Amino acid sequence: MNTTIMLFLVQDGITNGAIYALLGLALVLVFAVTRVILIPQGEFVTYGALTYASLAAGQMPGTAKLALALGIGAFAFDLFVARKALHGRLVVRSFITNIVLPSIVLALTIYFAAQKPPVAVCIALSLVIVAMIGLYLYRIAFQPLAHTSVLVLLIASVGVHLALQGLGLLFFGAEGQRGPAVLSGAFTAGSLRFTGQSLTVYGITIAFIVGLWLFFGLTLYGKALRATAVNRLGARLAGIRTTLSGQIAFLLASVIGALSGIMIVPITTLYYDSGFLIGLKGFVAAIIGGLVSYPLTAVAALVVGIVEAFSSFYASNYKEVIVFMLLIPVLLLRSLAAPAVEEEKD
Amino acid sequence: MSALLSVTDAHVAYGKVEAVRSVSLEVGANQIVTIVGANGAGKTTLLSAIMGILPLKGRVAFAGQDLARLDIEDRVAMGLGLVPEHRELFVTMNVEDNLELGAFRIERSRAKASIERIYTLFPRLKERRKQLAGTLSGGEQQMLAMGRALMGEPKLLMLDEPSLGLAPIIVADIFRIVTELRAAGVSVLLVEQNAQAALKIADQAYVMELGEFVLSGKASDVAANERVAASYLGFQHEGASVL
Repeated sequence: MNTTIMLFLVQDGITNGAIYALLGLALVLVFAVTRVILIPQGEFVTYGALTYASLAAGQMPGTAKLALALGIGAFAFDLFVARKALHGRLVVRSFITNIVLPSIVLALTIYFAAQKPPVAVCIALSLVIVAMIGLYLYRIAFQPLAHTSVLVLLIASVGVHLALQGLGLLFFGAEGQRGPAVLSGAFTAGSLRFTGQSLTVYGITIAFIVGLWLFFGLTLYGKALRATAVNRLGARLAGIRTTLSGQIAFLLASVIGALSGIMIVPITTLYYDSGFLIGLKGFVAAIIGGLVSYPLTAVAALVVGIVEAFSSFYASNYKEVIVFMLLIPVLLLRSLAAPAVEEEKD
Repeated sequence: MSALLSVTDAHVAYGKVEAVRSVSLEVGANQIVTIVGANGAGKTTLLSAIMGILPLKGRVAFAGQDLARLDIEDRVAMGLGLVPEHRELFVTMNVEDNLELGAFRIERSRAKASIERIYTLFPRLKERRKQLAGTLSGGEQQMLAMGRALMGEPKLLMLDEPSLGLAPIIVADIFRIVTELRAAGVSVLLVEQNAQAALKIADQAYVMELGEFVLSGKASDVAANERVAASYLGFQHEGASVL
């Protein structure tokens, strides 16, 4: 093999790996804070990507309507919980976040979809729509189960994944879509060609990782999220609501998912069900990181990306098999290191 | 004036087993109230239920408001604080972050000032403020747990076995700080196996056995009681019945 091909494969692997890193970090974050293994992370990717592509093509994405429907559901849950002690202020706040916000976004989406909006508007709308979906999903599907076991949460998570995938088919159809590049143009350095899009991927990934690091290290809410992950009861005794931490975690995860999708869709054609496999590779990285370590997850994601690039060159039929096989030695090693894992009590 | 905390006819059960039966207690403003009793008497269970960690049948009122249906976080916001037996610190975060999070619901400028107050109360914590909570000694962890709870500006602080497993010199320090808290206007509900030390600083005392209060009154009277002396204070009296 010559160096040009090798460099090209490494470059390709790093681009994919950067995306997996973002997704893996989101999975670790959500699991640490809420104990939910976020299977629907992949749907956030497809929803973000296809909403973006639809908007750019001047079509009305169904996700905006879904956001409003879920918002109404979330508001109903809030009302039901508050039925005994109706705090006017809380109900008004819930009404604004769950009904008013998605209504405004839906109106904007209808308005802009008709006139092929500029890329920046498409990105902003797609991010907001998917972020709202993530937030309301947490309220409807996971918050009522917050005190149950990891297994129950996992089952709910699989259910949400299947539902979202089905809705994805309904909204976007069975055909794949591509979106416009965020940054067009390219330049060459030596034998390598860097497209604007791959540079965008690197830049956004690095910016997001630095941003998350600052958020967790310096801000009160970031520290509160870490505290909830370290000791849920301790956090509650300090007055930190687990639901608030869960909402922030899901909001971050859905934004990260949607952003990843928007970055991929100019490079690869995405279908309504493509997200699952992409999310699963982020999951491989998260598992290698033990679902706790952020740096290990990021490094593992790059390895996954590079292994994937090389195996698709040498044995493209076995590409996925080889990537998922990475898990076996890791799981073996981990099971040797920690023979018994206790179910976490709440 | 009505009591700060009043518990009336409380029952707490784990499944079918009633760990606390028909318990009533009151804590007034600026008071140290202690619950003494042997291991397994139901003291920790009672505190957990008052805090909202376990479901409780009966009535709990704090500052005149019924606490039924309020979450742990709401109770914290009302000024009820708990330092649990296992301390529940954020072990992978440093001392200062632990304290800062204790004031999660408090205005930032006020939290800054109270962090300094906590450092005056526990100078050891200031020395170790960049150290991870999990690497502190047992006594320091207890101080940090108390400091974190105090950062939330509680009106009533509930302490669960603060002296458990600590060296006598640190225990003395912690009991001294409890009396300082009372002087600063914080009421304390103290659960202790070390009855001797607890009864010495408390105003009111309850003796708990097998989930029920068997004796209550002024701490000095309780300490003078023959049966208490025999069972908890290590004095042998001729003919003292075992409770």
